[in-house]
Amino acid sequence: MTELAATPLSAHDKASRNLQLTADGQLRHFITLDGLDRAMLTDILDTADSFIEVGERTIKKVPLLRGRTVVNLFFESSTRTRSTFELAAKRLSADVLNLDINTSATSKGESLSDTLLNLEAMASDMFVVRHSQSGAPHFIAESVTPGVAIINAGDGRHAHPTQAMLDMLTIRQNKQQFEGLKVAIVGDILHSRVARSQIRALQTLGAEEVRLIAPGTLLPADVDSLGCTVEYDMRKGMADLDVVIMLRLQKERMEGALLPSEREFYRLYGLDTDKLALARPDCIVMHPGPINRGVEIESAVADGPQSVILNQVTNGIAIRMAVMSMAMSGQVAERTSRSRQQGGEQ
Amino acid sequence: MSASLLIHNARLPGEETTVDLFVRDGIIRTMDEDAITEAADTVIDASGLILLPGFVDLCCNLREPGNGQKGNIASETRAAARGGFTTVCASPDTSPVNDSGAVTNLIRDVARSSAPIRVLPVGAATRGLAGELLSDMVGLSNAGCVAFSNGTHAMANARILRRCMAYARTFDLTLMLQPVNQALAADGYAHDGKVAARLGLLGVPEVAETASVMEMLLLAEETGVRLHLGQLSCARSVEMVAEARMRGVSVTADVAMHQLLFTEEALSGFDSRYHVVPPLRTESDRKALLKGVEDGTVDAIVSQHQPHDSAAKQAPLGVTEPGMSTIESVFSLGLSLVAQGELSLKALLRALTEGPATVIKQASGLASGGAANFSLWRLDDTWQAGPQTLLSRGFHVPAPGRDLKGVIHWNICDGKVAYRRS
Repeated sequence: MTELAATPLSAHDKASRNLQLTADGQLRHFITLDGLDRAMLTDILDTADSFIEVGERTIKKVPLLRGRTVVNLFFESSTRTRSTFELAAKRLSADVLNLDINTSATSKGESLSDTLLNLEAMASDMFVVRHSQSGAPHFIAESVTPGVAIINAGDGRHAHPTQAMLDMLTIRQNKQQFEGLKVAIVGDILHSRVARSQIRALQTLGAEEVRLIAPGTLLPADVDSLGCTVEYDMRKGMADLDVVIMLRLQKERMEGALLPSEREFYRLYGLDTDKLALARPDCIVMHPGPINRGVEIESAVADGPQSVILNQVTNGIAIRMAVMSMAMSGQVAERTSRSRQQGGEQ
Repeated sequence: MSASLLIHNARLPGEETTVDLFVRDGIIRTMDEDAITEAADTVIDASGLILLPGFVDLCCNLREPGNGQKGNIASETRAAARGGFTTVCASPDTSPVNDSGAVTNLIRDVARSSAPIRVLPVGAATRGLAGELLSDMVGLSNAGCVAFSNGTHAMANARILRRCMAYARTFDLTLMLQPVNQALAADGYAHDGKVAARLGLLGVPEVAETASVMEMLLLAEETGVRLHLGQLSCARSVEMVAEARMRGVSVTADVAMHQLLFTEEALSGFDSRYHVVPPLRTESDRKALLKGVEDGTVDAIVSQHQPHDSAAKQAPLGVTEPGMSTIESVFSLGLSLVAQGELSLKALLRALTEGPATVIKQASGLASGGAANFSLWRLDDTWQAGPQTLLSRGFHVPAPGRDLKGVIHWNICDGKVAYRRS
C-alpha cells in the first residue's frame, strides 16, 4: 500500500471500533464484532445472563427503554429474528414499529438515504436493520444523525452479530469457558453472515480452534486469511470437537452449480448420529435455524440430547435485550456530553 | 487566427537550464534556450515552472450526452485541462451510446464549442454496447471516432468478439477492450480475496480478467487486429501481454492510475468511493502493474475518470455505481508514486504522453513545428482535491483530504490557454 492508500484491513478494526463505541468505550451501535474486544463481548454475555431471569418472570418487563422508539427496519424478510428483536424491545418497554421495506418505500423507487431521513423525522431512537447488502448497517450508521443507535440484524454475507453472540451465550452456558474449545462450523460458509460473526466471536473469546468444514465451492476465496483451519472431510473434521455448528443450506445453491444435490451434500456434510459419534462425547450441536431436516442435520440429532438448538432461541431474546439496552445507554451518555458541550460554548 | 504566445524561462524536468517557447497558430515555432525577442500577444513568465508535454487520456467518461447530473463535456474537459491533459478520448458509454455517427457528431460539436482541449470520441464496438451486434465502425470512424471499445461490458460470446476483431482488422481500426469474462465476474464488485472473505463482499476472481485476456490475445493473434487492452488489474495479465508481444501480437495496454495506488484493502471500511471496475486487487498485483508501466509493457496510464452525482455513491457498497473522479489528480497521484520511489518520472510521463498517443496514432511531445500542447507546473507545491477545489462535477476523488504534490499553473492546448491558475 502507498502512503495515500485508504484504510488497510489492520486499521479496519480500529475504524469499526470508533464507529461502534463512544469516546469512553461504551457501545453506541452494534454492527459487527470487528473491533470489539474480549471485555466488551464478555460484558454483553453477562448483561444477557441478567436478562434471562426477566423472561422467567410473570411480568416480563423492565423499563430500560421506556419512552424510546425502536424501528425494526427489515429490507429482507425474516420471521424469527424480527420477532425476537420485537419481543426484546417490548420487554425493555420500548415502543416498536415494524417496517417491512421489501413491500414498501424502496419498491416505489425511494432511495435508502431518503427512507432513513423520513424515519429520523419520526424521532426514532434505534434502528434494527436487516439488509441483503453487506455493509448496509455500516452505511446507515455513517449516514444517520447522531443519537440514533443502529443494531445489525444481518447484512448480506457480512455479519449477524446478535446471532453470533447468542451462540456464544449458549456455548458458555454449556461449556463455562471458551479457552481450550474446539469448534467446527459446517456447511455453506461462503454465503453465511452467521459464520463470519461466529468466527470472529470465537477467536476474540479465546477458543483454541475454529474449524471450517465444507466443500471448496462453499468456502470463500482466500479462506486461509480468516485464521481458521479448513477440513474438506467431515468425518476427519469431527475429531475432538466440543461444539459443532451446522449452517442452513439454501436450495438455490444447487441451481448455481455449487453443489450437485441435497442427497450428496447430506451424505458428505450432513450431521447424522454416526458422524456425531466421532466428536467428543459431550460435544454440543448448534444450528442458527431454521433447520432443514435431512439436508444438513438428521432429526435424531436435532432433537437429540446433545442438541442445544432451542436454548439458542431463548438466548436470542436475552442477547438482543442486552445489546439494545447497552447501545441505548451509550447513545444517551453521548447526548448528555454533547448537550453539556453545547451548554459550555454558550 | 494568428494569436501568438511567448513562454519565458520554463524548465524541462530534470534539467537546469531554462527554455523559451514561441507559439503561433497553435504550433511551437521556436523552442530553445535563448531569449526570443519576437513580439507576442500573450507573454507568460514561467520562472520556477516545469514544462511538460500535454497529457493524453485513453479512457475518460465525459457523461455527455445523457448524464448531465454527473458531468458534461464542458465541465469535465475543464477538469481535464486542470489535470494537465490536452487530449482525452471520450468513452462511448453515454446515453445514448456512441454507436452512431449522429452521437459522434454531437460530441464533437459540443466539444468544439465548449471544450478547452481536444476531445477524441471512441465509438462503441457493438450496438448499444450490448456485445451482440456490430456497430457501424467504418461510419463511426469517418465521423471521427479514433478507436472502438465496449466500455466495461463484455461481448456476448467469443464468436462475436472474433468477428468484431476480424471486421475491425479489415478496415485497420483499433479496438480498445476491457477484458472481462462476465460469467466469472457475475455480480461481484470486489477482488475475490481476503477483504471479500472477511467482509462478505461479492468477489470478482482474478481469472475473470486473465481468462478474458488470454482469449483476446489468442483471437487478436489469429485475426491480426490492433488490440489495446484497457484497465488491467492483475499481475498475470501484464505477463501475458508481454509474452504475446514477444510473439509479435499487435497489442498495447493501459492501467488506471488508482490501480497503481490502492489495493483491495481500500474497501475494508465499505468505502464506496473505491468501488471500481475492475476491482482493486492485491499488493503483488499493484507492484506488477507498476513494473509493467516502468518497463513499457503497459503503454499508458489512464484516468478512467467517472464523475458521479452524490446519490450514485450514497448507498450500501454493492449497489453503488463504480468509478471515481480522477482526471484532476492523476498526475499528482503519479508524482506521489515517484516521490516514494515506486515509479520513475520518466516512465510516468511516457505513460501519460507518447505511450497513449501512439495507441491512437496521435503526435505527442514538445518540438519546434509540433502542436503547442503543454502545461506548466510547480511540482513541489501541494493541493487537496475536494468539492471546493475541483472543476469536475464528480467529487468522489481518490485520497480525499490528502496533500497532493504538483500544482498546475497553465495548460496550453493548440496554442490557446486551456487552464490558468487563478
